[in-house]
Amino acid sequence: MLENATKIKKLKDPITGEVKTIQIFFPGKRLFVPMNEKNRWYAEIKKQVDAGTLTVEDAD
Amino acid sequence: MAQTKVQAPFVEGGGGSSFKNLLINGDMQIWQRATAATASTSGYSTVDRWQVNESSDGAITSEQSALSTADKATTGCRNALLIKCTTTDSSIASGQFSYLAQGMEGQFLSHLGWGTTSAKTLTLSFWVKAYVAGTYTVGFKKYDNTAYFLPIEYTISSSNTWEKKTIEVSPTSGSTSLITGANGAFDQDNGQALLLTFGLAWGSTYHGTSGTWSSGTHFSTSNQTNFLSSTSNTFYLTGVQLEVGDLASDLEQVPFDVQLQRCMRYLEMIVDPRSAGTGTLSTGDTNEGLGNFVNYNAQYAYGHFDFKVMKRSESPNLESADGSNYFKYFNENTSDLVDVVQNVATEGHSGIQVYLDCGSSAITQGNGGFVRVNNAAATLLVEDEF
Repeated sequence: MLENATKIKKLKDPITGEVKTIQIFFPGKRLFVPMNEKNRWYAEIKKQVDAGTLTVEDAD
Repeated sequence: MAQTKVQAPFVEGGGGSSFKNLLINGDMQIWQRATAATASTSGYSTVDRWQVNESSDGAITSEQSALSTADKATTGCRNALLIKCTTTDSSIASGQFSYLAQGMEGQFLSHLGWGTTSAKTLTLSFWVKAYVAGTYTVGFKKYDNTAYFLPIEYTISSSNTWEKKTIEVSPTSGSTSLITGANGAFDQDNGQALLLTFGLAWGSTYHGTSGTWSSGTHFSTSNQTNFLSSTSNTFYLTGVQLEVGDLASDLEQVPFDVQLQRCMRYLEMIVDPRSAGTGTLSTGDTNEGLGNFVNYNAQYAYGHFDFKVMKRSESPNLESADGSNYFKYFNENTSDLVDVVQNVATEGHSGIQVYLDCGSSAITQGNGGFVRVNNAAATLLVEDEF
C-alpha cells in the first residue's frame, strides 16, 4: 500500500507543536494519517519501520 | 363475526427483510472515488467498499460498467464492477495473488452466532460474467481469536455470459468444528471480522481444499483460473449478497441514498470538483467551496468539518489533492493560493480539523475567510477503510 509513496514525513501541529500525524506523499495527493495503531496505514508504516525497511522523515 | 388470521410474511433465508445483506454496495451503486478504468494494485481505487488487490507480475484495472437494459433486466443491477487484465502473468508465483474483496465489521455480525454450536449458515449469491470460463474461487477469512479460512470453488460455464451463482457457507463446512468452537467468535467491535474474496489468481501458498475451513491461509484452490493469462480477459461482478440462512433470496434493493450513507461510514468526499459523473458525488464545479476558516496567526488558517456520517473508527485519514495552487483562500478582500489542505488532529468518529499553510506573514491573525477549490482535480476526502 505504500509502494507508490514518494515521501513519508511526520507533521507537527502548528498550534501545539505536537507530532501526532504522518504525511504520506503520493503523486498528486497527500494522505494525513493519525499515529494510531488501529489505523491500517500507520500500522503498516510502523511494521516497515520496525523491520528496518522504511524511514519516516522527522517533522519540520 | 368472521376473522381472517394475518400470516407473518414469509422471509427467505432467515436474515430479516431489512439489511439482510451483510455486504455494503453489493449492487455496485456507489463509486465516490472514480468510475473510469483505474490501475489497481492494493486497496480501494474505484467502487466503494470493494478492495482490488493485485501483487502478481501482471496488472489489472477496475472500472464501472454501466449495464445495458438487457443486462439490467438479467441481473437487477444498473452497474457492475469490471476488471480487465492489462499486463499478463502466465505463471503466478507461490506468494502472488489477484483478488477482489470486502471486509465486514464484527459488530455487524453478532447475530451469526459464530463461536458457538448455534453458528448460522450463510448464503452467498452474485452475478458474474467472465471472458474465460472455468473454475474460480471465493474465499472467506474469519478474523479475531484464531483466524480461519474457507475457499469454495464455483464454475463459470460459458464465456461472456451473465451467470448467477449461489454458494452455501456452512460454519461446519468440511465436517470441521473450528467456527462452532470458542475461537470461531468475532470481536464485537468496529474491526474487520470477516473478509469475502473473489479470486482472480492465487499462488500456491493460498491453495487449500474447497469447502473446508482451516487455519492455513487458504483463500483458493489449485483449480483457480488464472485471470492474468491474457489481456483479453475481463471479469464482471455485481448483485453480491451474503445473508443468513441456507437459501438465496432476491438481492436486497437498498435505496441509493441509504447505500451512499452506508458507504460514507468508510469514505466521505468533502469536495469533489471533478467532471460531474467522475465519481458518485463529483460536481464539475471548479469553484466548489470547502467552508469557512479563521486565521490562527499570520501563517496558518484553521477550519473544521463535521462528518455527514459518523466514521468507523476514531482515527480516519484525510486525503487532500496536492498540486500547485489547488485551493484558494478568500480573506481580507483578497485571496491566498495554497497547494494542499492539511490535518493534524481528528476528532474521533465525528469530525476533523484542517488547516492551510498560507506562508509566512501572508495573512492577519484573527481575520477569517472562506476556501474554494481552484483546480478541477482538487478533491478532499476522509477515508476510514480497513
